[in-house]
Amino acid sequence: MRYDLAVIGAGPAGMAAAGAAARGGLRVALIDGAPRLGGQFHRQPPPGAGPPSQDFLRLRDRLTRADLHLGRRVWAVEPGFSVHHDGGTLTAERLLIATGAHDRVLPFPGWDLPGVLTAGGAQALLKGNLVVAGRRIVVAGTGPFLLPVATGLAAAGARVAGVFEASHRLGALARHPARAVQGAGYGLRLARHRVPYHRGQAVVAAHGDDALTGVTVADIDRDWRVLGTREIACDTLAVGYGFTPQLDLAVQLGCATTRDPDGTPVVAVDAGQRTSVPGVYAAGETTGVGGAELAELEGLAAACAVLGTPLPERLARRRDRAREFARLLHEVFPVRDGWRTWLRDDTLVCRCEEVPYRDIEDARDLGATDARSIKLLARPGMGWCQGRMCGYAVARLAGEDPPPPRRPIAQPITLQDLAAHPRRSPDVP
Amino acid sequence: MSGFEIVFSGRPIPVTPGQTIGAALHAAGIRSWRTTRVNGRPRGLFCGIGVCFDCLLTVNGESGVRACLRVAAPGDEVTPS
Repeated sequence: MRYDLAVIGAGPAGMAAAGAAARGGLRVALIDGAPRLGGQFHRQPPPGAGPPSQDFLRLRDRLTRADLHLGRRVWAVEPGFSVHHDGGTLTAERLLIATGAHDRVLPFPGWDLPGVLTAGGAQALLKGNLVVAGRRIVVAGTGPFLLPVATGLAAAGARVAGVFEASHRLGALARHPARAVQGAGYGLRLARHRVPYHRGQAVVAAHGDDALTGVTVADIDRDWRVLGTREIACDTLAVGYGFTPQLDLAVQLGCATTRDPDGTPVVAVDAGQRTSVPGVYAAGETTGVGGAELAELEGLAAACAVLGTPLPERLARRRDRAREFARLLHEVFPVRDGWRTWLRDDTLVCRCEEVPYRDIEDARDLGATDARSIKLLARPGMGWCQGRMCGYAVARLAGEDPPPPRRPIAQPITLQDLAAHPRRSPDVP
Repeated sequence: MSGFEIVFSGRPIPVTPGQTIGAALHAAGIRSWRTTRVNGRPRGLFCGIGVCFDCLLTVNGESGVRACLRVAAPGDEVTPS
């Protein structure tokens, strides 16, 4: 069957879009690599292990007319549109890319030790698996996401030794009263669990032989250079410096990209979430990191555009306000380049290929001044993750903003999977 | 819902249905299950959502499985990759 719309990604944007488009009478496929709906934000506990959240149920209950293709990892999309996943191929007239984002990470000495997790990883363990990531946990990085991670871990029984927010400039958030109240709510919960919240501080090293035993926390200046340090014992570190949108599929199709205020590549879209490629829409974090509420509203806007109906004025205003707040968050929680001074010669920059900082410096000494030349000489980004973890760091070490990702295959597949496909998609003349 | 077990290198690991293999190992106090090719360093969960590939292991003879994504099934035999 050929679908009117294929939605890739079953987070808030994809669920909202698929539900609205299917209720509008379209044949809709909603595809996600995970076995359960929700994406990262609405990640649900194991079946039977707890009640789903109200926001999740509201989105799920609108999906009755959409075909769900869960546990299907999309590795490529082709014009026409053919969506290749690890269980076969489906075709659709139009495509919505709602593939979300993953944690943005920075390298620092010891970040490859077991016990160091991304903030999103610690959250996924808790929300999706009911596993508390550790007993004594440090939460660090930058951005509002650190707050639900820390409060969730503390409420689940972990001793959270502290939240270390690198940014100094949280005062600007007071301009948004509703969000300030939300922030104060997290503050109260942190206080109730006696979790100290520090701003202008960062974890600049992790320690341990074969597993994490402690971290070095530093007071940092406004460019994130170390002013003074102290050691904190912990068995787990949850660390994240914002998010990197997953643009692989949009770039495969040739969608034009632009940049978030912090330089992160995102898909360029119009008010109807249309990309530069006719028939291809994008919503949620792929068009700019802005959180679940904005993602859901963008998903609805995309569905309206596909259906040819206007987005209700009330929702358009909410979307605009959420976008404005997202821009403010980018201003308040920037990543400053001073993290480069945290690196030692032997600090791994690329975890997969085990490329130490020294090799990046050597490549630069040999004349590799841009990130691509550094990659070709020293191999950062050439391993399993294809630069998803180190791409930001390598780009900044080269003095560049990270480029849009060029990954013709977005998920690992077997040669057998690849051979099973005809050389050209049947939809391409 | 009642739990079950998987086996990691001969050791029984309790699982709550719906948990990933990586989550079950982590909950059992097993923080690493792979050593790196160059430096022989231990690795386990890092990104936790299928992006970093640090948590690769072998499940029932299938190598290169991301532990953070694969939902555990009763009787799964898990070994380091």
